[in-house]
Amino acid sequence: MAADTPHTDARLAAGHDKSLLRFITCGSVDDGKSTLIGRLLYETQALYDDQLGALAADSKRYGTQGDEPDFALLVDGLSAEREQGITIDVAYRFFATDRRKFIVADTPGHEQYTRNMVTGASTADLAVILVDARKGVLTQTRRHGILAALLGIRDIVLAVNKLDLAGWSQDTFAAIDRDYRAFAHSLGIERVTSIPLSALRGDNIAAPSTYTPWYEGPSLIEHLERVEAGRADAEATPLRLPVQWVNRPNADFRGFAGRLLGGRVRPGDRVRVLPSGRESSIERIVTFDGDLPEARAGQSVTLTLADEIDVSRGDVICAADDPAGLADQFEATLVWMADAPMLPGRPYLVKMGASTLGASFGHPKYRLDVNSLEHLAAKTLELNEIGVANLTLDRAVAFDPYAVNRDMGSFIVIDRYTNQTVGAGLLHFALRRSQNIHWQAVEVDKAARMRQHGHKPCVLWLTGLSGSGKSTIANIVERQLHARGAHTYLLDGDNVRHGLSRDLGFTDADRVENIRRIGEVARLMVDAGLIVITAFISPFRSERRLARGMVEDGEFIEIFVDTPLAVAEQRDPKGLYRKARRGELANFTGVDSPYEAPEMPELRIDTLADTPEDAATRIVELLVARGVLRSG
Amino acid sequence: MDAGRLTLRRRPFPQPPTRMPELSHLQRLEAESIDILREAVAEAERPVMLYSIGKDSSVLLHLARKAFFPARPPFPLLHIDTTWKFQAMYAFRARMAAEAGMELLVHINPDAQARGINPFTHGSALHTDLWKTQGLRQALDRHGFDVAFGGARRDEEASRAKERVFSFRSAQHRWDPKNQRPELWRLYNARKQPGESIRVFPLSNWTELDIWQYILREDIPIVPLYLADERPVVERDGQLLMVDDARFPLREGEVPQLRSVRFRTLGCYPLTGAIESNARTLPAVIDEMLRARTSERQGRLIDYDGSASMEKKKIEGYF
Repeated sequence: MAADTPHTDARLAAGHDKSLLRFITCGSVDDGKSTLIGRLLYETQALYDDQLGALAADSKRYGTQGDEPDFALLVDGLSAEREQGITIDVAYRFFATDRRKFIVADTPGHEQYTRNMVTGASTADLAVILVDARKGVLTQTRRHGILAALLGIRDIVLAVNKLDLAGWSQDTFAAIDRDYRAFAHSLGIERVTSIPLSALRGDNIAAPSTYTPWYEGPSLIEHLERVEAGRADAEATPLRLPVQWVNRPNADFRGFAGRLLGGRVRPGDRVRVLPSGRESSIERIVTFDGDLPEARAGQSVTLTLADEIDVSRGDVICAADDPAGLADQFEATLVWMADAPMLPGRPYLVKMGASTLGASFGHPKYRLDVNSLEHLAAKTLELNEIGVANLTLDRAVAFDPYAVNRDMGSFIVIDRYTNQTVGAGLLHFALRRSQNIHWQAVEVDKAARMRQHGHKPCVLWLTGLSGSGKSTIANIVERQLHARGAHTYLLDGDNVRHGLSRDLGFTDADRVENIRRIGEVARLMVDAGLIVITAFISPFRSERRLARGMVEDGEFIEIFVDTPLAVAEQRDPKGLYRKARRGELANFTGVDSPYEAPEMPELRIDTLADTPEDAATRIVELLVARGVLRSG
Repeated sequence: MDAGRLTLRRRPFPQPPTRMPELSHLQRLEAESIDILREAVAEAERPVMLYSIGKDSSVLLHLARKAFFPARPPFPLLHIDTTWKFQAMYAFRARMAAEAGMELLVHINPDAQARGINPFTHGSALHTDLWKTQGLRQALDRHGFDVAFGGARRDEEASRAKERVFSFRSAQHRWDPKNQRPELWRLYNARKQPGESIRVFPLSNWTELDIWQYILREDIPIVPLYLADERPVVERDGQLLMVDDARFPLREGEVPQLRSVRFRTLGCYPLTGAIESNARTLPAVIDEMLRARTSERQGRLIDYDGSASMEKKKIEGYF
């Protein structure tokens, strides 16, 4: 117990040699998880008198334990959570014993909080999974195990809590242990340690409980102090060092700073730098405390190379004889963490190591039921859903599969507009085709076709609400261009929806795919030297940006046909607004699906001020001004 | 035990194969902090390190020098001064900036100065808001810093436990605890909207004990106030306050007494309580700390402004 164990100089000195264990605690709402963590802090004297005093006061105000201290309150930090009585986010806690320092990620067990558990598990070496002895292994207990296994945790402590309320029954404990072990085995996790506990009363937390004479295993703290979890893996892998920062204090020094994510390194070691593939050898391992003879996984160092080769931030220094893979297309597990669903084809950013890349995902191959591991069909991934999909990056990067090296095989997904972290992913393997795609070199190229046509190719991308006048304007533009001898093609809703995109509906995911196809067709036509005119609502900024990204800079001309919703609805040339308002049309832009107006279109047309003819003339004038067409 | 029923025998722990000793917890914490410092600088346009002269700042500065060695840390130090720090802190501040060879910016909120804001007449809440919270916003806006390193630790206080390493502030410098980005593995998303800024906390996973052990191991200079010495103090509202200069208004009957005291945290001297101690060396301080039964923030009067006091200050832009 906490009492007044005297500290000694030996304990102070031991601080230098302590190891560090990071673990995650998972449990359902009533399993007593916060109580367990509060108890661990208490038993290891991580709490001070004033904190205990505040706890006593808080316990009276918010507590659920009568006059007893409610340890759960120690851990529920934010005042909003205290009022709701639930933990809504990942919190990190710290305690230490003579042998080890511990960092605990405390994560909520609610179904809707998969994202928090994945976050906590991503840095954990071990998971402590709580079960209520009276309830045994529940669906959520299995879910916690599945998520821990998915994130690469190989050591599990099954904390069989509240055994005092089950009469300290050995049979109950043994049955739960047996159930869970069988389940963990099915996940490929063999290292399971079950411990009978009462977190509230402190039994088997720091010392053996007198209530469990039949249990001869370690107490929870004893086990956590001694277990060998996590570490061996990273050092056993080959050298990987993603370059975070190129250190150039003067012309004579060029060092590559980063953290070793795998293996070890010594001066003289041959290395290969990816993606360039250039090789050199390690000259020095530079630190503030002097050069090192060796560095290993986990250390932050600065390396210098024997040869002057080009290395920049994001490159990965690898063992020359066992380099990382290099690819731009992967199969990956994706955990979605945002309210807006993952849309296949939509452009996102992906951060891997020290690289940030343009990225998009294919249609999910399946969605994982995290309660049963069943594969379910899915068109998108919603908040807290986990699925498997192909990932395409805008350039090749060095990687290892997540199962081999967690830090080399993980990525986060960033929304290009909100900049929020919207997902996290684990790489399985590179797709073969990503290594084998080579563009067919052709002799008659875009420049040659441009000379023959007498104008530059481009895409005129008209966007606006249904009924804004896009098609009308597009037709007049094409007529005018044709009259000037330009080579044109008009892509509009009808000729696309009846053929190219006949299989697509109007959900957000289908709209994205539709725009992707149109963008690809437009790109091919631009390559063929045409002026392509498109007239689609194309309501999402990110899809328009995707289409813009498919052609070269300056070839995409976004034209915002700006008509107020009320006016468009009043015109309603096809009667669609009336249908949508009656509920006969779902996902109709402006009614029950948003229209994201362009922020910086190349041209904005105010249809209340300009006639369609005026608008078309302005577009043609813009083409002349931009040098697409010759004047006159 | 009944061997027929259950075999839960204590299994011996397997001996690990011979290999280099595991990195110690201080080595791992150091490596992680350096990683964070480098990553933030690589992604920042105008980084700055907030330097408060305390022990956490000392450790942070030391880590910054390590992270960018042999180059100097590629950012200036910024001290948000309240004019109410201990004299010994001002002396130490000048010395450290010179030693690190880094530019030191000092910001003093002109409004607070003009209004003569002080903790004695205006109370700790107003004093902290004007000098520190408003002062920090002014300085960040004036210099256009987009990334500011701070020495906050998650173990300091309950609302800090859920703060991210990369913590975003709106253009109005507000923190939204409900809308924080998840942080996974060692991947930090540093992308921000125009006007937003990021507070980066490389010491997030350190505890007070880690800080002291690291100071000892690395021989990091600290303000002498952390070590016990005879100092003039008065006892007021259960706190020992040091009479650091002539601005300290003594109440009737209060006579400064020389007592052997030290400080666990340093801030504005009228708001920082001392503790009685004879620990005149660093090992003695650590030994005392290991025996200590009160947390370091108890000496901080501003935390007592209300139950969810720190969370409220942070939402408003306090560091």
